[in-house]
Amino acid sequence: MSLRENENNSFPEIDEIVKKLSANKTPSMMILQAIQSTYGYVAPEMLERVTELTGLPSSTLYSIVTFYAQFRLEPIGENLIQVCHGTACHLAGAERITNAMEMETGAEAGSTSADRKFTVDKVACLGCCSMGPVITVNGETYGNVTPDLVQKIVKQKRECCEINGCKDHDSAGKEATVSE
Amino acid sequence: MSNQYTVTVGLGSCGIAAGAQKVYDALQNGLQDVAADLAVGGCMGMCFAEPLVEVASADGARIIYGYVDPEKAVELVKKHVESGQAVTESVLWMKGIESADANYYNKQQRLLLKNCGVVDPNSIDSYISMGGYKAIEKALKTMTPEEVIKEVEISGLRGRGGGGFPTAIKWGLARKSPGTEKYVICNADEGDPGAFMDRSVLESDPHRVMEGMMLAAYAMGASEGYFYVRAEYPLAIKRLRIAIAEANAKGFLGKNILGTDFNFQLFIREGAGAFVCGEETALIMSIEGKRGMPRTRPPFPAVKGLWGKPSNINNVETYANVPYIVYEGGAAFAKYGTESSKGTKVFALAGKIARGGLIEVPMGITLNQVVFDIGGGLKGDGKLKAVQTGGPSGGCIPAELCDTPIDYDSLKKIGAIMGSGGLLIMDESACMVDVAKFFLTFTQDESCGKCTFCRVGTKKMLQILVRITEGKGREGDIELLQDLATKIVQGSLCGLGQSAPNPVLTTIKYFRHEYEAHIKDKICPAKKCKALISYEIDAEKCKSCSKCAKGCPVKAITGAKKEPYVIDKESCIRCGLCQSACKFDAVMVTTGNGRGE
Repeated sequence: MSLRENENNSFPEIDEIVKKLSANKTPSMMILQAIQSTYGYVAPEMLERVTELTGLPSSTLYSIVTFYAQFRLEPIGENLIQVCHGTACHLAGAERITNAMEMETGAEAGSTSADRKFTVDKVACLGCCSMGPVITVNGETYGNVTPDLVQKIVKQKRECCEINGCKDHDSAGKEATVSE
Repeated sequence: MSNQYTVTVGLGSCGIAAGAQKVYDALQNGLQDVAADLAVGGCMGMCFAEPLVEVASADGARIIYGYVDPEKAVELVKKHVESGQAVTESVLWMKGIESADANYYNKQQRLLLKNCGVVDPNSIDSYISMGGYKAIEKALKTMTPEEVIKEVEISGLRGRGGGGFPTAIKWGLARKSPGTEKYVICNADEGDPGAFMDRSVLESDPHRVMEGMMLAAYAMGASEGYFYVRAEYPLAIKRLRIAIAEANAKGFLGKNILGTDFNFQLFIREGAGAFVCGEETALIMSIEGKRGMPRTRPPFPAVKGLWGKPSNINNVETYANVPYIVYEGGAAFAKYGTESSKGTKVFALAGKIARGGLIEVPMGITLNQVVFDIGGGLKGDGKLKAVQTGGPSGGCIPAELCDTPIDYDSLKKIGAIMGSGGLLIMDESACMVDVAKFFLTFTQDESCGKCTFCRVGTKKMLQILVRITEGKGREGDIELLQDLATKIVQGSLCGLGQSAPNPVLTTIKYFRHEYEAHIKDKICPAKKCKALISYEIDAEKCKSCSKCAKGCPVKAITGAKKEPYVIDKESCIRCGLCQSACKFDAVMVTTGNGRGE
C-alpha cells in the first residue's frame, strides 16, 4: 500500500496511539509497541503513517522494528504459541516440545500454519525455569509440558476455533494477558 | 481484613503456570462461609512445590502448604481454619519444622526476599505494614545524600547484575557529576536464560525496588527514574504499573515526598526482545528509542547517560537491597558474606534439581551446600555433573569443583562468573558440547553486530560447535575454538562479546574428553547430539501398543499386534517423540556403533 492510498487512513488507531504517547520523551519504541499490541504486527504502511504523524523518518522506525526480536512484520495466526528455549527448558527437552508443536499445528517454528490457525515461535527464557519445558498459548503459561499435552492443547484450540470462529482469541498476539 | 486467618495464594508467573490461578478461584468460591480472608501473594520461592497456599493467623504464624490442587486447597484451608490447627501431614513449611522440604527454607538467609510471597504485591498498604518506605523516610528526614552513599559503601554492596561493581562508587560518581537533570535507571531486562530472580522480585515485592530507586535518586540528586523491563515479563510490568500508581496516590512519588523538598517520578519502558539491552549503554539507547547498540565507555553513564545526562543504572536486585541497608545500616548487611563479597545473593535454582526455585543465601556458601542442603540434591536418581552460573556469559563448573564458595572472586578464579544469579544444575544426561552450542546459538543470535569479532567470531564458533555435534569435527577444532575465543574477548566492546566464549572455554577446560569423544570417536557420551545417536525399540519391553508409531512425524516406526515395533533408522529423524510417547520405557538411545551413517 502506498502513501497515497493511506490518505483515507486505514489505521485510525495509530492516530490515537501517537496522540496518547507523544508526551513521553523519545516515544518511538513505545508507539511501535502499542501498534503491535493493537494489530498484532507492524506493517510498513503503518510505519509510514507514524512518519506522517510524528516526522520520524520511516528508515529510523524500520531500523527499530528489524532490530528487536519482539516486532513482527507480518500478521500472526489465530493462536500464538511460544515455546521457551531457555537453558532449563532446553535441558528439560524443549526441542522435543517444538517438534511436537510443529507436527500438531503444521507450523514450523517461527512461522504460521497454512490454515493460519497457529503461529509457533521459539523464544528465549520466559523465566519459569523450575517448570520447564514451558510454553505459552495466547499469553497463558503452561509448565512441565509433554508432547501429549501439546497434542491436547492444540486439539482443543483447533476445535475452539472451529466452533467459535475464533472470537475467543481475538487477543492473540496483542499484549500478553496474564490473569490475576 | 477482619478475619483471624489470611489465606495467601502464591501467584507469581511460575505459580500461575502450575495452576495457582485455579486454586485461587476455587478458594474464592469455597471459602465464602469460612472465617478467612483471601489474598494474592507473589513468589514464595518454592517453585518445586507449586501451587502453594499459605495460611497465616493473626498472631503472625505462617504455615505453607504445597503441591495443592483446587480441591485439596479448599479442603486443607477449611480444616485448618475450623480446627485452628495446621494440617500437619500436609505442611510444607512452618516455623520450627524439620523436614527435607523445610530445609529448603531453613537453610536460606532471606533478607531481600523477606516480603516475597508475604506481602500482597498489589497493595502498598501491605508493603507499608511490613515496614515498607521506612528507609526512604529515614533518609529524607535524618540523612544527607552523602550519608546514604556512605551507608551503601559500608555495606560493601556490589552490582548484582553480574558485573560486581561497587554500588557506592557508582552512586558517588553520579552525585559528583554536575547538573540538576539526572536519571536513575533500573535494569530489569533480565535476559539470561535460566534466570528469574528479577522477575520474581518485581512480581512479588515491587515497592521494595521502587524504594531502592528512590534512595538512589535522593543520594545522587535525581528526580526521574526509569524501569526498563523485559517484554517477556507481562505480569511484572502489570504489577509495577499498579505499584507506581499507588505510590503516586499515597504521596511516595511525586512532589515534596513526605513533606520534604524531594521530588521523584517513575516511568516504565518495555524492552522488545534484545538481550544486548542488558548492557547499560545499549539499554540507554533503547530508552532513547534507538537500536540497542552499546557504545564505548568512557564517558560512563554516571557522567553522560540517558539523554546525555548523568545517570545511574543498577539492576533490580541491587536496588532491592538498598532499603535494608539504609534502614538497618550498612554494617548489618556486611555481617553476611565474605571479605570481598558482602551480603546475600538471590539465585534462581533450576535444571535437574530436586527442589528448584528462588533462593537467597549468604555469599560464601558453597555450590554443594546450595545443591544438596537447600536443593535436596538432584532430581530422580541423577548424579551431579556440572553447575552452570551466569547464563550465556558464565561457565560450567564441574561437580568436583562444587565446593567453591559463591563469591565474585572465587567464581572468577575457576573461569565462571557470579552472573545475575541463574544456577543451572546439570546431571549426566547433559552433553557439555551441546550446552556450549546452546549458549553460542543464543549469543551469536543476540550479538548486535557492531563489533566484528562478536558478530562474525561467535558465528564461526557456533559453526565449529555444530559440526562437532554432527560428528564432522576435525582435528584441531578445539584449539581453533580457544583461539577464536581469546580474540572475541579482546575485540568486543561490551560484556556480551567479552563473555560469550565463556561457556565454550569452561566446557573445554573441564570436559575436554567430551569434545574429543565427539571429534575422534564420533560418539556423544550423554546421548544428546542427534547425528551421533540412534533410537531402537527393546523387543522385550515393547507391548505393541502402537503409541510410538502414531506419534512419529515421519512414519518411521512399523509393527503389528503382538509383535514388537521397529524403528527404521534410515528414515528416523531422531526427534525423540517416540521415547516420550512410550509408557513402557522400551525406546532406547545408543551412540556410536549403532549409527548407520
